[in-house]
Amino acid sequence: MIDLKTLTIRKAHEHLKKGDFSARELAENYLAEIEKKNPELNAYLEVFGDVLEQAGAADEKIKNGGGGVLLGIPFATKDNILIKGRRAGAASKILEGYVATYDATVIKKLKEAGAIFLGRANMDEFAMGSSTENSSYGVTKNPHDETRVAGGSSGGSAAAVAADLALAALGSDTGGSIRQPASFCGLVGLKPTYGAVSRFGLMAMGSSLDQIGPLAKTVGDAEIIFNAIRGQDSMDSTTISEKTYSVENLPKKFVIGVPRDFLGEGVDKKVLENFEAGLKKLQQTGAEIRDIELPNIKYSLPVYYIIMPAEISSNLARFDGVKFGAKISGANLLEDYMKTRGQLFGKEACRRIIIGTYVLSAGYYDAYYNRAVAVRKLIADDFKKVFASGVHAIATPTTPSPAFKIGEKTSDPLQMYLADIFTVTANITGLPAISIPSGFAASVDKQLPLGFQLQAPRAREDILFEIGKKFEKI
Amino acid sequence: MANGMIYLMLKLEEIEKLAKLARLEIPAEEKETLRKEVGEILEYLGQIQKLSPKEPPKEAGLVRNVFRDDREPHPSGEFTEALLANAPDKEDGYIKVKKIL
Repeated sequence: MIDLKTLTIRKAHEHLKKGDFSARELAENYLAEIEKKNPELNAYLEVFGDVLEQAGAADEKIKNGGGGVLLGIPFATKDNILIKGRRAGAASKILEGYVATYDATVIKKLKEAGAIFLGRANMDEFAMGSSTENSSYGVTKNPHDETRVAGGSSGGSAAAVAADLALAALGSDTGGSIRQPASFCGLVGLKPTYGAVSRFGLMAMGSSLDQIGPLAKTVGDAEIIFNAIRGQDSMDSTTISEKTYSVENLPKKFVIGVPRDFLGEGVDKKVLENFEAGLKKLQQTGAEIRDIELPNIKYSLPVYYIIMPAEISSNLARFDGVKFGAKISGANLLEDYMKTRGQLFGKEACRRIIIGTYVLSAGYYDAYYNRAVAVRKLIADDFKKVFASGVHAIATPTTPSPAFKIGEKTSDPLQMYLADIFTVTANITGLPAISIPSGFAASVDKQLPLGFQLQAPRAREDILFEIGKKFEKI
Repeated sequence: MANGMIYLMLKLEEIEKLAKLARLEIPAEEKETLRKEVGEILEYLGQIQKLSPKEPPKEAGLVRNVFRDDREPHPSGEFTEALLANAPDKEDGYIKVKKIL
């Protein structure tokens, strides 16, 4: 038996190279864990039938002395990322039966690196949600406490890695969908700079916000995956090159900004205590902690919940029962559309399409959408000013509370939205952000993981990794 | 307050109109819940209207060509079969829809 609990990508790579175990044995160990735990956790929607064949091919390459650090490493991938020839459904009934016709760029890169794909991870339908309770195929449970959510929308990816059903995973993050589940499940989650990773082959949700990123056990693992999937792509015109933003050397001494005014209301006491302890840790590494002001950050959540549904209402127009997926037939073409969309989109998808349609409709466009776009600029300028003043990274908790109970927020969509308060800013501003495990909050009989979030200037993932590694060591 | 009024003014007919624009058939029993939830959310979102009315200038963004070169087309029909396999209705190599006119 391989000790999966303490395994990291780096360690697995060393073992594979030395021949301590084969990629096939590693994959078999993960498949055994999946068989044991997935029926209860519901992290995977599908486990691929050819995992051992993939692993066998990796072993061949290892034997021939080739391959990099990801060769033979077993991944879970979120159900909204396309792998050619395999089902992909974004956990939605409207894509029932859909088979991807091409590889997403991130998949192409991971395939070239020799990674193994174990299966499709559960998620909130079309990545809309903070708990995977909006999946059409049932909630994913938190491995640390099965009465609680794993977070969302990349909840399946997070639960899979946390429960040793995969060594690492890909998720997508539109307003916190990588970082929040990472925080709830005790993992590292990275939302890269807007444009750092190609979205070609990712089902679009909010196109000015979406990024693909890793969920992993350590900062080092997240960095390995990020370096493997990043880069300009002719198939995604929003991708950036290494020259897009100027990048300086890492500073000798880090200055960490803390937006104190933003941390009071509605944040769990245990979360705040844990956050303060995290700041102390950073001080121990020699960093300076500085209070900062971000005057418009309090408008981040309403700005996000206007821009994001506006983009959803447009992006989800393509699901109409004509080109792909499932269809419910009516008396005429209009009825085909109305029935297919009305009956096969889940409640949250319908809610957001309606809100998006509202904020974009004549008469409300200026009051909502246009205003939100203007305020988005104010928020981005606040961050720019802080970074220009010599701050290298901005720290907040990742979430205002530890993982909540399954069902706790399902009847109140607005309460669910408030769970994204600290994460949406990075998507609005396009900044890279990371969530790092920072300890636990004790509930009645369980230890619930908490996360510490850092945001850095655009293209400065290196700052996040550097501080993150120091943070991890203490 | 303006946003409060918007909340009160969100009528069932408005939900119906939005649903029609968005091509969503909402079951009758869900319309009232949706009206209430969307109304509450819009009221919350309305808080950005409290911000100073002086709007910052919108950034037009740098104009640059983001399109790749239109070269090396793939052979005609290369993906037809795989793409059509995903369509719910098809006939003779075409996606089939009900008549429009």
